[in-house]
Amino acid sequence: MEAHSSDVFVIGLTVFFLACIIGYYVVWSVTPALHSPLMGVTNAISSVIIVGAILAAGPQGFDTSKIFGLIGVVLASVNIFGGFLVTYRMLSMFKKKTKKTKEKE
Amino acid sequence: MSYNMVAILYLISALLFIFALRGLSHPESSRMGNIFGVIGMIIAVFTTLMFKSVLSYYEIGAAILIGGAIGSFIALRIEMTALPQLVAAFHSLVGLAAVFVAAAAFYDPVAFSIGKVGSIKTASLVEMSIGTFIGAITFSGSVLAFGKLQGTISGKPIVFKFQHLINALIFLLIIFLIVLFVINQSPTIFWTIVIVSILLGFLVVIPIGGADMPVVVSMLNSYSGWAACGIGFTLSNNLLIITGALVGASGAILSYIMSKGMNRSIINVVLGGFGGEQDTSASKDNSDKIVKQGNAEDAAYIMKNADSVIIVPGYGMAVAQAQHALREMGDILKKEGIEVRYAIHPVAGRMPGHMNVLLAEANVPYEEVLELDEINHDFPMTEVSFVIGANDVTNPAAKTDESSPIFGMPILDVEKSQSVLFVKRSMATGYSGVDNELFYRDNTTMLFGDAKKMCEDIVKSLSA
Repeated sequence: MEAHSSDVFVIGLTVFFLACIIGYYVVWSVTPALHSPLMGVTNAISSVIIVGAILAAGPQGFDTSKIFGLIGVVLASVNIFGGFLVTYRMLSMFKKKTKKTKEKE
Repeated sequence: MSYNMVAILYLISALLFIFALRGLSHPESSRMGNIFGVIGMIIAVFTTLMFKSVLSYYEIGAAILIGGAIGSFIALRIEMTALPQLVAAFHSLVGLAAVFVAAAAFYDPVAFSIGKVGSIKTASLVEMSIGTFIGAITFSGSVLAFGKLQGTISGKPIVFKFQHLINALIFLLIIFLIVLFVINQSPTIFWTIVIVSILLGFLVVIPIGGADMPVVVSMLNSYSGWAACGIGFTLSNNLLIITGALVGASGAILSYIMSKGMNRSIINVVLGGFGGEQDTSASKDNSDKIVKQGNAEDAAYIMKNADSVIIVPGYGMAVAQAQHALREMGDILKKEGIEVRYAIHPVAGRMPGHMNVLLAEANVPYEEVLELDEINHDFPMTEVSFVIGANDVTNPAAKTDESSPIFGMPILDVEKSQSVLFVKRSMATGYSGVDNELFYRDNTTMLFGDAKKMCEDIVKSLSA
């Protein structure tokens, strides 16, 4: 079991470094005009941490761990919905050169 | 569902996240990218819900609905000028969520198959405490950044003696606590790590001035990713590791771009202290120099008779909410057959890309909005530069005056255009506290007043 756990760690480390390299190249390809939406999206996807929170909140009954898990689910959900929606709002503003009626505040 | 099936679904979800970021390489593909992100998240959540150990669907569903409702409500109502605060607030939630997930794993290690209470695997304990540490720093740092951006806390850097030494000692203390925690697995030490890390998060952001916030927000973005990574290692979950690394890399690159835009090293920003007290000794006495003042009609006349105008907006424009009036002005000029473009400095605004969003919100087509590298060589061929709410990013001292605090910062070469119009509230210096020699040049006309009012008046004069 111990030997197995170190294997998992090494696999995790491999995945980690490869993902960093992918992240590096993908993010440099993002056009500077869209850096704010980039932050919105990364905000939303970093809340994939909800996966861990769901696992903690999963078992039946109520114990400390489950309460922490449920709080984690709420916090991550705020971010997921908020992050994707605010990004959607930003992106829908970036329009091509076409005449359109102006929205007045 | 088998472990392999789970792993494959998580992989699909991770790939969709990568495509979501990749989509942002162009505005046209970006909307699809966002949808990829949403699908990836849905797959991740549903896959996890299918786990045998996950039984309490009602509680989890309710938690998602509550969080989702709050998040949607905020995201749909937020003003685009307040984006940086929103992002900071969201980062703090990721950090806090990471702390709670780590705590949950500590109290119920069986649910995550990392051991039993009191005998959790050493590797998991280390990963758990690192995740907690980064999560807690992200949380408190972001809360403070939020306060500074929102204006509830003074944006001035707070500097005190031995600051860096204290931070370093606290960091060493945290390492010591982590070692202790791994040895005796005590809940008291776990929560001590949380509290001390929260304290460190505050101390790290406190010395950083309001104008450096673009770097801080990007940095916290990066931290929130590393926190997710830490949790990913704890749970041996590749999806979390991949996503965390993507976000971490993204935030790190944005921080780099932002600090380069100010010609400062990240270290220099992190150590803080810049952008608060204005160094009066550095600015020369300019009381004898003459400034040419103009009004809206002069500006309208100058621009109407030009072939090309480049508009240089800064954060002052956003503060005055002048973007709509500005776009209206641009539209009239375009109708007159004048070429109108917008030049964006990397650090215009309070977060990366903020100015682009504000202009997009005012319906400025993105093709007319250009980055520093794309437009800088066009200034010599441009008749009028219309600088609104920006100052330091146009200051030639950044190129010529080695003693200037902004020396070396890349600037927009508005000085090379035939004439420059400066919309400013007063002669006050920019955040760097450096005087701008451009104000005193013969071909510069200063337009004093509120940015929005000035644009509206120019529109009136142009239409008259």
